[in-house]
Amino acid sequence: MLIKLVEHIDLNEVYAHLHDTGAGAVNLFVGTVRDHSKGKKVIRLDFEAYDAMALKQMHHLADQAMQQWPLVKLAIVHAVGAKDPGVPVVVIGVSSAHREASFEACRFLIDELKKTVPIWKKEFYEDNSVWVNAHP
Amino acid sequence: MKILLFGITRDIIGQTQLTVPEGASLHTVKQLKDWLGQQYPAINTLSSLAVSVDSEYAADDDELTAGQEIALIPPVSGG
Repeated sequence: MLIKLVEHIDLNEVYAHLHDTGAGAVNLFVGTVRDHSKGKKVIRLDFEAYDAMALKQMHHLADQAMQQWPLVKLAIVHAVGAKDPGVPVVVIGVSSAHREASFEACRFLIDELKKTVPIWKKEFYEDNSVWVNAHP
Repeated sequence: MKILLFGITRDIIGQTQLTVPEGASLHTVKQLKDWLGQQYPAINTLSSLAVSVDSEYAADDDELTAGQEIALIPPVSGG
């Protein structure tokens, strides 16, 4: 399993980790910085993590996915720091013998990461900034 | 007792780490949350507030003891 927090995401490294002759399917989900949010222009995102807990929660999710689906390899990599529009900030990667398991596990991992892993993003607009999801 | 702060809770409290005064006598997660809401009313406006103990999410009735690593977990927004 490749689970880490990084300054810059290397997609090739993630793909190389997932590659396995026993896997007929490799699924990669790449989350990137969007240049707009709720009608406003986004100029930058800042990502912050509670490192120790984020890694622990990422491992919990990986363990759940490994128990639930017959996976060959798995990767969860999230970036921290200031990120410009278009830049990858999270990569979920899964490989499995057949595609169903990879598709399902990939979806599960990104959905759960967004709910439970202690990582926060601040959106910067031209005139102000907000912590995403902080308020109703 | 020291509390690690992240995201908007760090902005609200204005420090990266909060030291709870001895006299506050907070023994559970729930007591800590209530005390924080009284000290920093802006905390009450958040969509949610979780507390972690030693890098795991804690329940309201979990006990707080010396030596634990405690942190406030405001609404997460990774990905």
